[in-house]
Amino acid sequence: MAEQKRIDHPTGTETVGHEWDGIEELNTPLPRWWLLTFYASIVFAIGYVVMYPAIPFLHGNSKGLSNWSSRRELAKTMGTEATRKAPILSAIAATPIENLPGKPTLMNVAIQGGGAAFKVHCVQCHGSGAAGSKGYPNLNDDDWLWGGDLKSIVYTITYGARNPEVAETRTSLMPAFGHDGILTPAQVQDAVSFVRVLSRQEKSSSSSRRGSALFEANCAVCHGPQGKGNRTVGAPNLADGIWLYGGDRETLTQTLTDSRRGVMPAWGHRLDPVTIKMLAAYVHSLGGGEANPQPQLVATAQATN
Amino acid sequence: MIQLTMRAGIYLAVAALAFLAAGLAVDFGFSVHMAIVCIAALIACWVTISGADYGAIARGILRTPDAGRYDDDPIRWGVIATVFWGMAGFLAGLFIALQLAFPVLNLGIEYTTFGRLRPLHTSAVIFAFGGNALIATSFYVVQRTCRARLAFPGLARFVFWGYQLFIVLAATGYMLGITEAREYAEPEWYVDLWLTIVWVAYAAVFIGTILKRSEPHIYVANWFYLSFIITIAMLHIVNNLAVPVSWVGSKSYSAFAGVQDALTQWWYGHNAVGFFLTAGFLAMMYYFVPKQAERPVYSYRLSIIHFWSLIFLYIWAGPHHLLFTALPDWAQTLGMVFSIMLWMPSWGGMINGLMTLNGAWDKVRTDPIIRMMVMALAFYGMSTFEGPMLSVKSVNSLSHYTDWTIGHVHSGALGWNGMITFAAIYYLTPRLWARQRLYSLRMVNWHFWLATVGIVFYASAMWVAGIMQGLMWREYGADGYLVYAFSDTVKAMHPLYLIRAFGGLLYLSGAVIMTINVWRTILGHLRDEAPMRETRPDPERDHPATPFHALPAE
Repeated sequence: MAEQKRIDHPTGTETVGHEWDGIEELNTPLPRWWLLTFYASIVFAIGYVVMYPAIPFLHGNSKGLSNWSSRRELAKTMGTEATRKAPILSAIAATPIENLPGKPTLMNVAIQGGGAAFKVHCVQCHGSGAAGSKGYPNLNDDDWLWGGDLKSIVYTITYGARNPEVAETRTSLMPAFGHDGILTPAQVQDAVSFVRVLSRQEKSSSSSRRGSALFEANCAVCHGPQGKGNRTVGAPNLADGIWLYGGDRETLTQTLTDSRRGVMPAWGHRLDPVTIKMLAAYVHSLGGGEANPQPQLVATAQATN
Repeated sequence: MIQLTMRAGIYLAVAALAFLAAGLAVDFGFSVHMAIVCIAALIACWVTISGADYGAIARGILRTPDAGRYDDDPIRWGVIATVFWGMAGFLAGLFIALQLAFPVLNLGIEYTTFGRLRPLHTSAVIFAFGGNALIATSFYVVQRTCRARLAFPGLARFVFWGYQLFIVLAATGYMLGITEAREYAEPEWYVDLWLTIVWVAYAAVFIGTILKRSEPHIYVANWFYLSFIITIAMLHIVNNLAVPVSWVGSKSYSAFAGVQDALTQWWYGHNAVGFFLTAGFLAMMYYFVPKQAERPVYSYRLSIIHFWSLIFLYIWAGPHHLLFTALPDWAQTLGMVFSIMLWMPSWGGMINGLMTLNGAWDKVRTDPIIRMMVMALAFYGMSTFEGPMLSVKSVNSLSHYTDWTIGHVHSGALGWNGMITFAAIYYLTPRLWARQRLYSLRMVNWHFWLATVGIVFYASAMWVAGIMQGLMWREYGADGYLVYAFSDTVKAMHPLYLIRAFGGLLYLSGAVIMTINVWRTILGHLRDEAPMRETRPDPERDHPATPFHALPAE
């Protein structure tokens, strides 16, 4: 390699004089715009370092002239938002859930807030449209396992279902009729036939007639003689064609044999009471919400009992 | 003969140890890996014994390679490995892109879930495709620009095959579920140790060759290769400090915990981008662009300033991956400002590459390889602007965790790393196999357009998807409540995932064309095709303006 500087013709620039495998280098000065932008970015960086926390010391770090911190900014933003929402949230807190529909402004806010909370906590099981899926109830219809009035919904959300951590949880355990030998496999098939007749999926047959007696003896105590269900024990209505797990023979056989014991988390110790109220309002608003039970009727019913 | 026996003996001992470890393994994955090591050692042993020239040994002749030629065997293997792993990596990428659009493609078995195939894709393209390209081109460039043969020929072969073993262990490990869960550094402790050995050997070959150079100065490409090799060694060792649970098991625990662990991870991860995908590939650019353009490098001074500022600034920018996390504010600030200062040093490489074409810009029209290089540099410039921009906190608060990041990474990876590697492969193949020319230059042109259009589909889909995702995540209603569920954003991105997958398909198609082209070139075939540019004389139009010969009046 020869240290030979030369003028490169197309550019008119001098080469440095080095050469490697035929590659030469021009001695072009740094582009001015490049250098100035580089300096500007350094000046910006220094300014930013002076303004914001940047330099670590043995204990702590430089605070910067702006005295900014991400935690403080978060606390401030959250504080402002909390202050803004405080009046309406405390109004919701002070209103018993069954009176909420009487105050449309509060009810609307509750539905909005409940919708947002639903998207965070509930969509994982119930789906983003609250339509549920196999084993997870659809919340849009008027078929309720434990009751569809506001108060019942609040209770279910607060304590969950079959939740081992909470004593007040909604509990009912359907026996595993086949698995525990209460019914023989043939009897399970007969009972399934009867349930499918109840839900008008099959015509009456000798199997379903045998199943009718089995149903009377084993199932009616919870599901009722006509299979209409019973909300106090969360026993589903078997006659309405709405199924949590499925109404085909195979699924029903599995349900009767092994039972189904779906679990819902108890949100009472995770969410504050206002959020739970709002969630209940949202779920109630989806289409299947039921009116508050009439207190007089309840009282009368209790009196007659 | 003694040397030969010793080498074969070492391979046998390794095979025996690996066999033992496979038997004693406490988990299935480790057992499989040790079986792979055992088989690799046995193959190496067999090749050593059967490939030896016993006649020469018996006559006591020390066979020395032809000192008048460069040592190109490992480079030829490297070019083939680059093409092979590129295809594997692009295919894996297309598959996981389709998995995101159609989750059923997870196939319901653990080995093919997105979570396991995603590191397979990233490692295959970065370390298998990119790594082989870097090793092969560095061996090519360092010999030519130092006018010296590779320093330790045996070690150079060990580097190549040892690196392939690393890739196989890493890839099979991901599918078996063996992972340290550190992004771009997923392989477990024993694979890390193996890579350390291979990398030290690589450094020895490269530095040894520079030391025995016949040129007085070290060419700029070699500065970049050297910074890449040394820094990757440092990053790899520190990031992978870990305590194995068992010496015969695959699981280990990191030496760091909590936010320190996260910062170590992203100090590594960001500089894998900086020194593997930027410095290393700039080295390729600094050799292949002036060679293909047959022009001098634009500015020697710029190369010095941007080299030193780039490697000094890059190493501090890692915290920008952890903005708005538990990382202390001061570290976030430094991550951001160092990223902003990095903008111009990064662009220095683009300027030096593009302006090298001064005096040869016409080749952009006639030479598809130059066109690939220009497109690579354009994407390099774009993603090194986008990077500092994304590191600005207010931008990052929108872009973080969204697919914008994926778009950014791929405009850099597909545009810059991919294109410059393809160009280097097209440059190297006819020269390494002493062919008159490539099998087909028109196929290079097809590759160029398929890849370019593919990147445009990919990157624009991800930009739109990412910004939409970020805006949906932060959308609050008038009452101060979030408007969208996470699942709503996933649903909204579905069409963009399809467009992304389509872009990936185009990019893969281009790579298929390259594979055919490289393969036929190696076989020595020449495609019978019209040249890219013809000079067609057209006397009808080739004349001075002739107003007097206008149409005669009525």
